[in-house]
Amino acid sequence: MCTVCGCGTGKVEGQSHSHDHSHGHGHDHSHDHSHGHHHHHDHSHDHGHSHDIHFGNGPAGVEVPGMTQERLIEIETDILAKNDRYADANRATLRGLNTFAINLVSSPGSGKTTLLCKTIEMLGDQPLAVIEGDQQTANDAERIRATGAPAVQVNTGKGCHLDGHMVGHAMEHLNLVEGSMLFIENVGNLVCPAGFDLGEDCKVAILSVTEGEDKPLKYPDMFTASRIALLNKVDLAPHCDVDLDLYEKNLRRVNPGIEIIRVSARTGEGMDNWLNWLKGSLERKRGALAAE
Amino acid sequence: MSLCEGIRQVIEAQADQHAIQAVKRVRLEIGKFSGVEKPALEFAFEVVMRGSVAEGAVLEMIDLPGKAMCYDCMHEVEIDNRLDPCPDCGGGKLMPVSGDEMKIKYLEVV
Repeated sequence: MCTVCGCGTGKVEGQSHSHDHSHGHGHDHSHDHSHGHHHHHDHSHDHGHSHDIHFGNGPAGVEVPGMTQERLIEIETDILAKNDRYADANRATLRGLNTFAINLVSSPGSGKTTLLCKTIEMLGDQPLAVIEGDQQTANDAERIRATGAPAVQVNTGKGCHLDGHMVGHAMEHLNLVEGSMLFIENVGNLVCPAGFDLGEDCKVAILSVTEGEDKPLKYPDMFTASRIALLNKVDLAPHCDVDLDLYEKNLRRVNPGIEIIRVSARTGEGMDNWLNWLKGSLERKRGALAAE
Repeated sequence: MSLCEGIRQVIEAQADQHAIQAVKRVRLEIGKFSGVEKPALEFAFEVVMRGSVAEGAVLEMIDLPGKAMCYDCMHEVEIDNRLDPCPDCGGGKLMPVSGDEMKIKYLEVV
């Protein structure tokens, strides 16, 4: 997971952004042994750096000799509990606005942004908004804004996924209207985004036919976490010796319940099915909320 | 790395609450399907805990089994790997039902 990639903290484009956690002094670790890769330390340090010995520094301001205070504290807390709290807050906001939110996940280059632009164009006057996640650049948000839809770019810097906190911030900048669709385009990555709830209604995995039939088997977590998979770029299938049925078989192997729609954002093939799925999902959510 | 930041935040919150001076041992429960790369987590843990009450703490990780529902025989079965076939019927349509846990079980503190 992203323990390996050194995820940092994201920033919302154009916003100077203060966090509730403190970033202390910059901290250069020099290691004598050589490392093949660069370590980036951006964790906070708030220790005082005086090396005097103090016995009154305990939480109670006292130190009692001869009394060992070792004990166990049962925690039973999910490691991602903090992210989940942000995600729950986002989910509540979205419910209040009768807004259906999807988290678009895929590897880089699967055609997420093109598919999204085409979707927005075809949805016509359906109110919607877009949150674009990338490590760098505001290119994708600009492409979305060119369609006329409101979009906000979140740059994650070193981070490999969007988290609940970033999406909550981005939502504040979007002025979502009642009955919207919210498209959250995650950072292109089939690993870490699977573990981070953003408060969305469901994840939509996009898999392009050029990626190889065994992609779902190589990265099962993401396809298991997704409710629906869009098999994109089907117009290229005749040119790349691929077996579309095998794609579907492998998707169902890692997630027997997954829905699959074959689409081509370029030719428009299958886009009607995708749009019907989106409209149906929004209607179902509104119906369910009205019934409560 | 973000998992370790998550662990540090939980530990720091506990440290405030329970007047903890130092954390000696941190025990995690990690599901087989959680996607956690244990050696990477261990490495990041050491780095991220520097300067916190858990600096130098021992990290212990307990594996939790992965369980899945087989859509062919409708049994809940235990599997080691995400892509293993059903041990009961040999079917290949398995939906994970547990094993994605990432929990801090307890802290041993001073």
